[in-house]
Amino acid sequence: MPSPLIAKMERFSHCALKPSDFKGLTPKLNIKEGNEVVVGDPLFHDKSNPKIVFTSPVAGVVDKVVRGAKRRIASVVVKANKQQTFKDFGIGDPKNSSTATIKAKILESGCWAFIKQRPYDIIANPADQPKAIFVSSFDSHPLSNDYSFSLSSKKEDFKVGLEVLSKLTEGDVHVGLDQEVSFFESSCEGIAQTTRFIGKHPAGNVGTQIAHINPINQGERVWVVNAQDVTIIGALFRTGNYMPYRNIALVGSQVDNPCYYQVTIGQGMGSIIRGKIDETHPYRIISGNVLTGSKVTKDGFIGFYDNEITVIPEGKIHRFLGWIPFVGSRSVHSNSRTSFSWLFSKTAYQPNTNLNGEERAMVVTGEMERVMPMDIYPMQLLKAALAKDIEKMEQLGIYEVAPEDFALIDYISSSKIEAQEIIREGIDLMIKEVG
Amino acid sequence: MKFLRKTFDKYKPLFNKGGKFEKFAPGFNAFDTLFFVPDHTTKTGAHIRDGVDLKRIMVTVIFALVPATIFGMWNIGFQHFSQLGESKPFLELLLYGAIRFMPMVAVSYGVGLGIEFLFGIIRGHEINEGYLVSGLLIPLVMPIEMPLWMLGVSVAFAVLIGKEAFGGTGMNIWNPALVARAFAFFSYAPSMSGDKVWVVDAATTDGISGETILGTLAANDEATYSVFDMFMGYIPGSVGETSVLMILIGALFLILTGVGSWRIMLSTVLGGALMGLVFNAFGVNELMKFPWWQHLLVGGFAFGAVFMATDPVSAAQTRTGKWIYGFLIGIFAILIRVFNGAYPEGVMMAILLMNVFAPTIDHYVIGANIKRRKKRLKAT
Repeated sequence: MPSPLIAKMERFSHCALKPSDFKGLTPKLNIKEGNEVVVGDPLFHDKSNPKIVFTSPVAGVVDKVVRGAKRRIASVVVKANKQQTFKDFGIGDPKNSSTATIKAKILESGCWAFIKQRPYDIIANPADQPKAIFVSSFDSHPLSNDYSFSLSSKKEDFKVGLEVLSKLTEGDVHVGLDQEVSFFESSCEGIAQTTRFIGKHPAGNVGTQIAHINPINQGERVWVVNAQDVTIIGALFRTGNYMPYRNIALVGSQVDNPCYYQVTIGQGMGSIIRGKIDETHPYRIISGNVLTGSKVTKDGFIGFYDNEITVIPEGKIHRFLGWIPFVGSRSVHSNSRTSFSWLFSKTAYQPNTNLNGEERAMVVTGEMERVMPMDIYPMQLLKAALAKDIEKMEQLGIYEVAPEDFALIDYISSSKIEAQEIIREGIDLMIKEVG
Repeated sequence: MKFLRKTFDKYKPLFNKGGKFEKFAPGFNAFDTLFFVPDHTTKTGAHIRDGVDLKRIMVTVIFALVPATIFGMWNIGFQHFSQLGESKPFLELLLYGAIRFMPMVAVSYGVGLGIEFLFGIIRGHEINEGYLVSGLLIPLVMPIEMPLWMLGVSVAFAVLIGKEAFGGTGMNIWNPALVARAFAFFSYAPSMSGDKVWVVDAATTDGISGETILGTLAANDEATYSVFDMFMGYIPGSVGETSVLMILIGALFLILTGVGSWRIMLSTVLGGALMGLVFNAFGVNELMKFPWWQHLLVGGFAFGAVFMATDPVSAAQTRTGKWIYGFLIGIFAILIRVFNGAYPEGVMMAILLMNVFAPTIDHYVIGANIKRRKKRLKAT
């Protein structure tokens, strides 16, 4: 457990935004290397919807535009000034503003990137009319950020943020609560509907919550916003400035002292983890959690949406006769009953990145359904996505799922199939063919 | 262990891309991964993975088959000597059976894995663990007097046509072990049925009768073995199928580990029981009069319900589908058994038939899910 205080991060030099964090985005630059920017100045925008801009989280100089394969923009790196200056977007009271004004302010500040949609799990289209907006107040992923602690200093911003969201839809704003009593409940009074979700992961996934409150049908749109992002939107209206600061958790078995830190969106990884990792063993830095996060290097940058950094040991090791059932139940966790892990449920495991097998065809049936708490047939949906069968994907509920809903299937699959990747590709195909 | 690892690491470069034996990489990797879980790390998706993999699943099934296998080997000796009127110690009977059964296992794994290796190398994919279980199942459902060459041909047919032609492990329509048995049954019928093949030397020695219980009933005679014999397995039959007790132990292991579907096992028993009851109500001949609950104890019914019907690839894949699938297997198994005296082995036919219909069952079960979704859309 990280220690219960939020430490301020040391000074850092560089920050970056990576277009790859925004699925389906084709970025077009607004700046050139050498340009000076303040917090809130646009760095790039969405080619298909130029109103959606992605703004600089720091005031400074655009240091580098890094390009990858096919000249795609890999990242835009900004070198931060010692003093931070902010672009003024004007203080606003969401209760007394029109939907159009609210949308304009969010778009101009670059905060629209926080508003994602289901289906497809991409940035929402401002022209859409969502039937509802969903916020999950807790994250049930392993070692994830505890928002009831890390956001407790941002209560007012959360409330204002909810008021903003309520203006963006004709329907309701739904906030999913976990079993602990937290400040989220009182913040929602009069603004949002609350529903309590008690149980193991993926209870905190907004997709699971949507499926239980009001499942998505073909042709409908719902919008989802992460709890911490709600506070950033709230701060925008309360202060008039884009406040791109997160309280993140630095966790994982390779972190010497797991702790919460205040960081800037896109902050350089080096400044966050320097001196805090056990360097005696090869490790992997993950921006995000172990199930859905992305691998980053020491010179990388924290992901736009990520609220934790997990550092775990790399598992490039062989295990002699490791496939024998029941042996090694204390060191390698298994959700299946071919191991005694269920007897050691209080043991803290230190999982590494070993695949624990090789990729095979889907053989075992029934294992995926156990970790999919929606009215979806996961194996059949995966096969439809693999077969690029659009009609079948529609029938089986591709509109209701996001890749993160298949992260547990990634984990437990005895055939080591890459379920999240398959669903992502299925969704991309739907976007292309159906829209 | 370290020495073994060093040896594999020393020769691995020969099989990697650009190495001299690059083509034979699947073969090398099959041996490497037999001893060591590979050091592959996650490249995409979830960064950590469960400890379970297909090897572990297959090994669990093999563990479940061990009681029936050991009993089966002992029973080979027991049937032979007890019918001669001789009584021999446990170990001697076990050894007698093992000497005759192990060559069958060797041929099964040798031919089967050989073909799998070949296909892995030709197609350029890793050798899958699918045959680890089928390789043991096939000799267990064959009569002990079956010539080894016949077994080899059946195995080749099963792996080539029953599995690889469809795309290998995970893609087959039928249970490969039953494809082997069906092939042998139809191609070499005299060696696969009748009363000379189920006990060693039954064809050559006068005092030994290889007749099974179902064979006796089909000839409209009453069965002479006691129910206790049927349950414990002191009866003639194919090597693995006779002892319901040993099969139940295996079933318990499969259910507790979550590897075998209890839904399929239970629904098969229920279907068979129902059909047995219906026939008991008519009671026109000996087969029909055979008590419904004893049907579950003889022939390959128990073995089929626990180890064959539960093969996840060829069975129904949805929860509801498994109930329907198993139930129909039970019904058809007893139906074929009773109506067709020439096929005392209705279980094999029933399972192969339902293998064909399993996707249809799933189609309608999933159809209900699709309809629910459409209904929700209409309601909005």
